[in-house]
Amino acid sequence: MTTDTSSLSIEQRFPEVFHQSSLKRFAPLLLLLGVIGYLVYAAWFFDLPKIMREGHWERTGLYLSQWISYDIQPDFTLTGSTIKPRFPKYSPLGDDPHPDWVIQNADGGYTILVDGRGRTVTFNKTQAVMTNNGEQVTVALSANVPAIATPLPAWVQIKSDQVIADMGYWGNVRITSDRVKVSKKFLGWANFVFDTDSPFFGKSPVEVVKLIVAGPELKPGVSNLALAGDNIWNNSEWQHGDVWTKLAQTIVMAFLGTICGAAIAFPLAFLAARNITHNGYLNQGLKRFFDFMRSVDMLIWALFFTRAFGPGPLSGSAAIFLTETGTLGKIYSEGLENIDDKQREGIQSTGASSVQVQRYGVMPQVVPVMISQTLYQWESNTRGATIIGAVGAGGIGLKLWEAMRTNSNWANVFYMVLLVLAVVFIFDSISNALRSRLIGRTR
Amino acid sequence: MLVPHPESEAAREVHAAWHKLSGQRRFYSFLGFALLLFALGGSMWFADTSNAGHFFDRLPHLFDFLSWLVPSDWNDVWRALFDIASPHDNGTQEFNFALGRVPVWGDFYFPEYFQLMLITINVALVSTLVGFVGALCLCFVAARNMTPHPWLRVIVKRFMELMRAFPEIVIAGLFAAILSIGPVAAMIAVGLHTIGALGKLFYEVIENIDMGPDEGLKAAGGNWIERVRFAALPQVMPNFVSYALLRLEINVRASTIIGAVGGGGIGEELKLSISRGFGAKTLALIILLFLTIFAVDQFSAYLRKKLVGDQSFMIKA
Repeated sequence: MTTDTSSLSIEQRFPEVFHQSSLKRFAPLLLLLGVIGYLVYAAWFFDLPKIMREGHWERTGLYLSQWISYDIQPDFTLTGSTIKPRFPKYSPLGDDPHPDWVIQNADGGYTILVDGRGRTVTFNKTQAVMTNNGEQVTVALSANVPAIATPLPAWVQIKSDQVIADMGYWGNVRITSDRVKVSKKFLGWANFVFDTDSPFFGKSPVEVVKLIVAGPELKPGVSNLALAGDNIWNNSEWQHGDVWTKLAQTIVMAFLGTICGAAIAFPLAFLAARNITHNGYLNQGLKRFFDFMRSVDMLIWALFFTRAFGPGPLSGSAAIFLTETGTLGKIYSEGLENIDDKQREGIQSTGASSVQVQRYGVMPQVVPVMISQTLYQWESNTRGATIIGAVGAGGIGLKLWEAMRTNSNWANVFYMVLLVLAVVFIFDSISNALRSRLIGRTR
Repeated sequence: MLVPHPESEAAREVHAAWHKLSGQRRFYSFLGFALLLFALGGSMWFADTSNAGHFFDRLPHLFDFLSWLVPSDWNDVWRALFDIASPHDNGTQEFNFALGRVPVWGDFYFPEYFQLMLITINVALVSTLVGFVGALCLCFVAARNMTPHPWLRVIVKRFMELMRAFPEIVIAGLFAAILSIGPVAAMIAVGLHTIGALGKLFYEVIENIDMGPDEGLKAAGGNWIERVRFAALPQVMPNFVSYALLRLEINVRASTIIGAVGGGGIGEELKLSISRGFGAKTLALIILLFLTIFAVDQFSAYLRKKLVGDQSFMIKA
């Protein structure tokens, strides 16, 4: 009973809460229905169910695992006089590898340990025996088409003239009547430091250090240290030199664009702020100019400057510069319009000149805000410069895009992603530290 | 103001200290400025040397490249925009305006470029919605004053940082490889980035709320979801929506750019058109893109003003 009266009294005290107009009461529901309706429309518009159904989801795991692994694919031709392993031309193992997982047998055939001793394939010219965790399948190779007498287990498939055995995550075996192909996966980044052409290839870190410190000159006339540095920088698979140069270009693009944009936007903002320059046409004209620079997107500027200056960081910087003139001009002029007028009046009353009024009455109020906003833009442009690069403005973006397009070099992509992430995190913390010092000092 | 006698010991001391301090400050300002100039000069030199064309070589020809942009017939710009057959149509791609029509009903059609713009806008809208919902779910966990568990907060914050910093083109490229190239990959990429970007802004808003209603709900025995729903959400919702609108402005641009690197939509068409030097088509696309971005910006600014008043917003990415 008491609860009833109390609720009644609350209802009497706050009638506007309990008796809202039906529009107001159902507004959230209508909004939600509208959003759901829009999402349904979008799903239809993009043909989402079809795209999701036809997506190659099995590739996801494959590509992601390629970020941190590599395959080695030896190939054995059975028709010649002797069976010899052949490794692909740019195999990460170098020219003449004898890996311990490829074992030559007494009969001239080979045993390959695809995944330890549990998953292997042993073959000679007449037959191949595949073992998968205790299960054995024998493939006869004498006919034109490889034949299997026993019923097929789930991990073996026959596709036209090829027997494909799935050995789990770590590899697979493909057998035709004249050839055995093995693919074995290894974790890590192959040859990240030295490529197979380098004289330091295949040596342990201790050996490399010994060679650099006290070894004989590997290449006449060049010190081992310089040789090692050159080999790393010009690593043909990882292209460290190129990647780091492109990364520097991206950083420079964001830096140049933001600083130059700030330098132009700063004086213009004073002219655009209506409380500082009392000229309505000039204020409005400049504000529309800022809007224009912002609305002609960074992409359009980038594409134009790529045509004007050719691909490279100059075009990217110019694109960021023009967009940033608009963005920073808008932010600066809004900041100026929000200042406290008392300080200006105080300086004015002492008979200071117009420049002195700005310097001592306005600047101390807005400069911390401006610098902090510029730092935000710098951060955001560092990220943006990556994307702008991909349309041809140079930098790491283009390199990333090229590496991804081939769909084969995901480890390189991951390497560059890590570098970009590191740069973004470092710059975020620099700008955060600067910002907190700045705002801490003024408050 | 009380001014000590200029000859007094105290005044001299103050004077000396002030001189020392301001001298120090001036020195540091000068040093900082010199460093900045040095970095700027170095960057300019580096950008110039590693560019394909050099600044001073290309500067006199800066506007040469605009010559191809001037169409032979200005009416072609409108024809390109609305897919009206051009009298200059010679079978090449430069003037095949009527070919891109998207039939709607009978003789009615939707112009190709408007269709492409619609794709880009839909990518931006859907990714902003996805980002908004995702950020809304995560931000209360990441805010110091509302988090259910400090460990959870650290994990969610790191996750959002990663989403924010991960290059969008890599996500777009990965999904383009999985789902085939197109706007859906761009949508996922922009959406994931938006989760991180909005999430950060959102939890900063939550950390500044008035905790009074929350204490009231705690005292009444409200659980976490009730505290979020009835104490925090009403305080932050206008700011959230306002930030989401700001993000929409950014996402329209982002989806255009992602489009240019293979995400479809108007960005791709613009890139093709500029790289092939089609004057009328490029102008038509630029006009359409410019007007759209301008309209979205103004509309969003108007809504934001209605939502949170004159409070000016920092543009954060």
